[in-house]
This record gives sequence, C-alpha cells and structure tokens, in this order.
Amino acid sequence: MHVKHLALGAIVAAGFAATVMATKAEAQETIYVPLMTYRTGPFAGSGTPIANGMHDYLSMLNERDGGIGGVKLAIEECETGYDTKKGLECYEQVKGKHPVLTNPWSTGITLGLIPKASVDKIPILSMAYGLSASAVGNDFPWVFNPPATYWDGLSMIFRYIGGKEGGLDKLKGKTIGFIFFDGGYGREPIPLLEQYAKDYGFEVKLYPVPAAEMQNQSGLWLNVRRDRPAWMVMWGWGAMNPTAVKEAARINFPMDKFVSIWWGSGEDDARPAGAEAKGFTALNFSAVGANFPAIQDIVKTVVDKGKSQTPKEKVGESHYNKGVYNSVMIAESIRNAQKLTGKKIVTGEDVRRGLETMNITAARWKELGLPEFGSPLAVSCADHNGHQAAYVMQWDGAKWSKVSDWISPMKEKVTPLLDAAAADYVSKNQPWPKRTEPCDKAS
Amino acid sequence: MDMLYKIFLDPFVQMASAPDLLVQTLWEGLVSGVLYALIALGFVLIFKASGVFNFAQGIMVVFAALTLVGLHAMLRDWGVSSGTAAAYLALALTVAVMFGLAFTIERLVLRPLVNQPDIILFMATFGMTYFLIGLGELVFGGEPKLMIADDLHLPRGAIDVKMLGGFVSFQKIDIAAAAIASIMVAGLALFFQKTRIGRALRAVADSHKAALSVGISLEQIWVVVWFAAGIVALVTGIMWGARSNVSFALEVIALKALPVLILGGLTSIPGAIVGGLIIGIGEKLGEFYWGPLIGSGIESWLAYVIALLFLLFRPQGLFGERIIERI
Repeated sequence: MHVKHLALGAIVAAGFAATVMATKAEAQETIYVPLMTYRTGPFAGSGTPIANGMHDYLSMLNERDGGIGGVKLAIEECETGYDTKKGLECYEQVKGKHPVLTNPWSTGITLGLIPKASVDKIPILSMAYGLSASAVGNDFPWVFNPPATYWDGLSMIFRYIGGKEGGLDKLKGKTIGFIFFDGGYGREPIPLLEQYAKDYGFEVKLYPVPAAEMQNQSGLWLNVRRDRPAWMVMWGWGAMNPTAVKEAARINFPMDKFVSIWWGSGEDDARPAGAEAKGFTALNFSAVGANFPAIQDIVKTVVDKGKSQTPKEKVGESHYNKGVYNSVMIAESIRNAQKLTGKKIVTGEDVRRGLETMNITAARWKELGLPEFGSPLAVSCADHNGHQAAYVMQWDGAKWSKVSDWISPMKEKVTPLLDAAAADYVSKNQPWPKRTEPCDKAS
Repeated sequence: MDMLYKIFLDPFVQMASAPDLLVQTLWEGLVSGVLYALIALGFVLIFKASGVFNFAQGIMVVFAALTLVGLHAMLRDWGVSSGTAAAYLALALTVAVMFGLAFTIERLVLRPLVNQPDIILFMATFGMTYFLIGLGELVFGGEPKLMIADDLHLPRGAIDVKMLGGFVSFQKIDIAAAAIASIMVAGLALFFQKTRIGRALRAVADSHKAALSVGISLEQIWVVVWFAAGIVALVTGIMWGARSNVSFALEVIALKALPVLILGGLTSIPGAIVGGLIIGIGEKLGEFYWGPLIGSGIESWLAYVIALLFLLFRPQGLFGERIIERI
C-alpha cells in the first residue's frame, strides 16, 4: 500500500515538474503577443474581421517563417466584447505573462490603460484609434497610435470634401452633419470639427447615437432630413454603421456626400443596404483585396490548413486587412526590437523602442509582400503616430472601389491641437511621469 | 425668454410650417410604437401566466432571428436551390425551434422552480439570457447577419406621397411591419381573451393554486405562453432585422419595451399596445422637435421620462390593475 502511494506520488510529481518545465521552456522560447479582440456582442460585426486579420497574419509568420527572428509568437486572444471593464480585466490577465505590447482595440480600454503602460512597461499599440494626443511621444512614450489620428482622419475627410466642393471656402454658410457613436471614440474629433467650422464658416449639426439606439436611428435621420446638411460625416462602429447607411438611403440622402471615417469602411457596413448604399464613401488607410503575396501566404498556410476562423471569401475584406495592417506593425516593431537589442526574445521595453523606430517605406511594404498596401509609415521618438495619408473609397453597390489618391492630413492644423491636448492631458493627470526613456538613433 | 420660446412655441411653429415632416415623424413613431408593443406583448404574456418578468425576451428576439437566418444559410448549403423555399422552410423550422425552446424552458427552468419566490424565477431568466447568448454565438457566430428579407418576399423600397407642401416617405417594409405587428397583436389579444386557453391563462395569472384546483395544467399553459412569446420574438426579429441587420445589438432594442411596460402595466395586453404607441410616437416627436435643444440623441432616455410622467398620475400604469392590500 505504502509503495503504491509512493509510486503514485512520484508519478504526480514527475508530471507536475514536466508541466512546469515545459511551460517555462515555452515561455522562454516564444514572444507573447496577446490580442484583445471582440467576436461577440453588438460590435462583433466590426470586431470579428479585424480579429481574424490580426490573428491570421501573425499565425502566417509562425507557419511560414517559424515566427520572427527564429522565435515563434505565442498568440492569445482575450475577448473584451468592446467593453472597457472586460478589456481592463483582460489586461490584468495577460500582464503577468510578459506581453511585448497590448492592442486594446477600443478607445475606452486604451484610455484606461494609458496610465498603466509606463508603470508595467508594456507599450500600447492603438492603431488609428484611442487618444489622439498620445501621438506626442514626449508626453506618451509608451503609447503609439499610427498610422493616423482621428484628427488627421477628419482633416483628410475635409481635404476630400474641399476637393469636391472646389475649395473649403465654398463650405461657407453650409451645414455639415456629424453623426457619431455617443462615447469617447465618437466625440474625439469634435474639437477639430468645431475649429474647422470657425475657420471655414460652416455650421455643424451633431447627431449622437447612444449605444442603446444603434439600430434605432430613424428619429435622428428625420432631423438630418430637416437640417439638410450639405455633407454628412460619420464616426460610427459596430451595428451603428449599417443602420446609419440604411437610414441615409431611406431619407434619400445623396450617398456620395456621406463620408465615414475608416471604421465605417467595412463591407458589412455598406452591404446590408446593398444597391441603395451606392455612392457611400469612406476613408481607409489599408488596401482592400486579397491579391497580395503575403495575404496569399495567409490563405495557403493558415486559412486552407483550417488554422483560422476566417471564411475564405472574407480574406482581404476591408476590416480584415486593417487587422493585417495592425499585425504588420506588431511584427515590424518586434523585428526592430530584435535588431536594436541583439536579443531574440524581446521584452515590452525593447518593443517600445521597436515601435519608436518603425519605418515602413514603400520598398519595405513590397518586401513584406504587401506592395502599396498602405502609405509609407514612419514613427519617431517625438511623433508616435506618423500622420500618414489615407484614401477615399466608394461603395458601388457590391464592393468598395478606390476613388481618390492618397490624401495627406492637414498637419499644420492638427499638430498644434495635438500638442495642446497632450499638455492638457498631462496637466489634468498630475503627477504625470516625465519622459526618461532615451531616444534611439534610428528614431 | 429665448429658451422658453424654443421649448414651448417653436416646435409647434415647426409643426405648422412643415406639416409633411410632422406626418413623417408620426408615421415613424407609429411603426416603432407597433414594434415596441409587439415586444412588450411578449413580456406581458409571460408575466400574466407565470408572474415572471422575462428578462430573456430581448435575447429571444435575437435568437429567433439568428436561428432563421442561420437555418436558411444551412439549407442553402445543403442544396436547397430556391431561396424562397429555403426561407419558408427555415421559418417553419424556426417556429419548431421556438416551440422546443418553450418546452425546454418549462421542463428545465420553470417546473423545478414552481412555488419559489418571484425573484428566483426572475434571476432564472437572467441565466437563460446568458445561456441563449452563448448558444446563439456558438451555433451561428457572433457577427451580424443580413435578414433574408428578399427570400421572405418582404417588400423593399418606398412609396413617396406628395402632401402638405412636401412629401412623406412610407417605406414598404415599415408598412409591412406595422400591418403584420398589428395583426399579431390583435390575434394574440383575441386568442388570450376569447379562447379556452386564454381563459385558462387568466386563471393562472390570478392564482396558480386556484387554477390547479380546477384542473388547469400549469405546464401546458406555460409552454403555450412561452411559445407565443417566442413567436412574437421571431416576428419582431424579422421586422427589426430587415430594418437594419440581425446582430446582438437587437437585444438592447427589446429593452425599449421596459418603459412601455411601466406605462401600460405589466398585466395588460391593451396596455402594451397603447403604451407602445405612446412611447413610439412620443420619443420620435421628442427627438425631432425638442431633441436639438439638448444635443439630440435623447430617445434612449426620453421613453422613460414619458413613462414616469404618466406614472405620476397613474402609478399602476395606464391599464394595470390597482393593487389594494389590506393590512
């Protein structure tokens, strides 16, 4: 009996030791990349394709290249449901596993994580969302929001509108409607919009859509019908977008004068309205389509092998490719970190430096198997955003088509506002740590 | 002074100067109101039969619509070539699924909780909500789906009628929604007022024990009522899904029935109907004429304000039963 117990104890102990050793070995030999995603809830329509794109590109690097610099990536998703509370819980769950960065995928979650980033030494990559002011690297050394801020996005939309109107001065006396998700994200560009209204002499009408009314906008669009804005600009997300597009069509709003920020540029945003949405336009910073060598590699090594949740016909769609873009930045920052430090297994501190030295030129996009996938992207020590160009695409009733060249943001308008907003954030959150991280030569 | 003018006079000046927009607003309110009434009816039926406020009614709307769309896609994948045939087959199967759901709820949730305090049954509906969310996401995925409106031959497009110096646009899908919802509401009201099962339901609502003593089967009534609530959820899901799409955000819309219930009373079928119309029309008028004064987007809370204003004068709701308890 005694011997039996001893043997059993030895087996259990050996099993436990083996598990611990295996876990330790795995932890040592991989780079941990958590992905905060949302495939459930009212925002799943936007969140799922992005989650798929992010996951599939990183998985492809593992399958095709054996990871980055010979080190496999440990990819783990945490479901946030686009809920700030759940997102912060996700962060606490993954924090102990030494992530090299976090992707909050929600402005609310990003705002909650900003004060934690410098303390936990985990950089935040909030791709084209989050706090616009975090583009100021001197005040926010641990936060990155490339390739463009919401304010850049709004300025690019106004460049486009100006082009169509024959100059922004032609907006004088007109009304611009702004329909937005009534939360931190939707309200983010309002200060710049109001500034533009003063500068160009137009009137702004605000149409907030509360989360509970995302699919019940008919009353709001009656206001649009009465106010007759010359242009409608949308800052929506999730179920709000397709409903807004349908409602715009219902009131016969001219769809070619309805422009969305990049988060309304999904196929599932326009598709429910079908042909009635013809003419609807949206800004975008990444290409649409699967005709890129890297995306074909995703199909070959991940999707076809059943290692993805993406239906094959959805690979290359607009939001999917934004997820790919996000993962390209993750991969490039890890590569940079490996180069800068000479280490294979990098940490959050190293990847922060990697993000700060990110420079994806047109040649580099090509090298990555994604020629002209995005405009050249350069982040620096002082500028954590890059303020890169985007383009406008139009829904033809069945798919998106590019209808403009790359449009640069109005940096001269945006930068002073960003600096002021960053200073304001710092003053309101005292004691805010002063930057102590040195700048790398390459940044 | 200016503010007083904007609140008390300007809206009525606007109504007079652009009567076409007033008619349009009233129409939008009517359509929303009928749909709210339909959702509220689901709550009322269950409350009358089992004394339970069914928190899961909202997710039942999503679940029913998702089941319909998901089964349609599966049938097409399995080789049903005609979209219409697949749609109506899926509709029949969804009705069967909703019956199965009602039966399962009665067996697994209600029956074991007979004679438990109401709060226990209420909490059980919370559990059902999360279960149905998980089940729906597991089987059909979390991403939004397009309602199969064309295959169901729901009408598309609008009828623009020139009137009152402008035009009023009547969306055909809204006309269909209003008509179908009205028929459903009238049919259910008649069914529960005039038929044997309806009388049994009212007996159960008054007293479970008394109903049992005269041979009414509680189990049968519960299955019938939950099934009826499931059908109401399916119709609501189809109509609202056709107006936007089928996503889990629809669950929140179903909660718009809460102010309707506060207003109409939890036990009154006519209350649900009148309450729905008052809330629907009231919130659209409020959003359109008074919303811009306080930044628009007021619909989400205006419905509760309207309901609370009514409650100041009729605490039991418009048609609710006045409860007098002797001490």
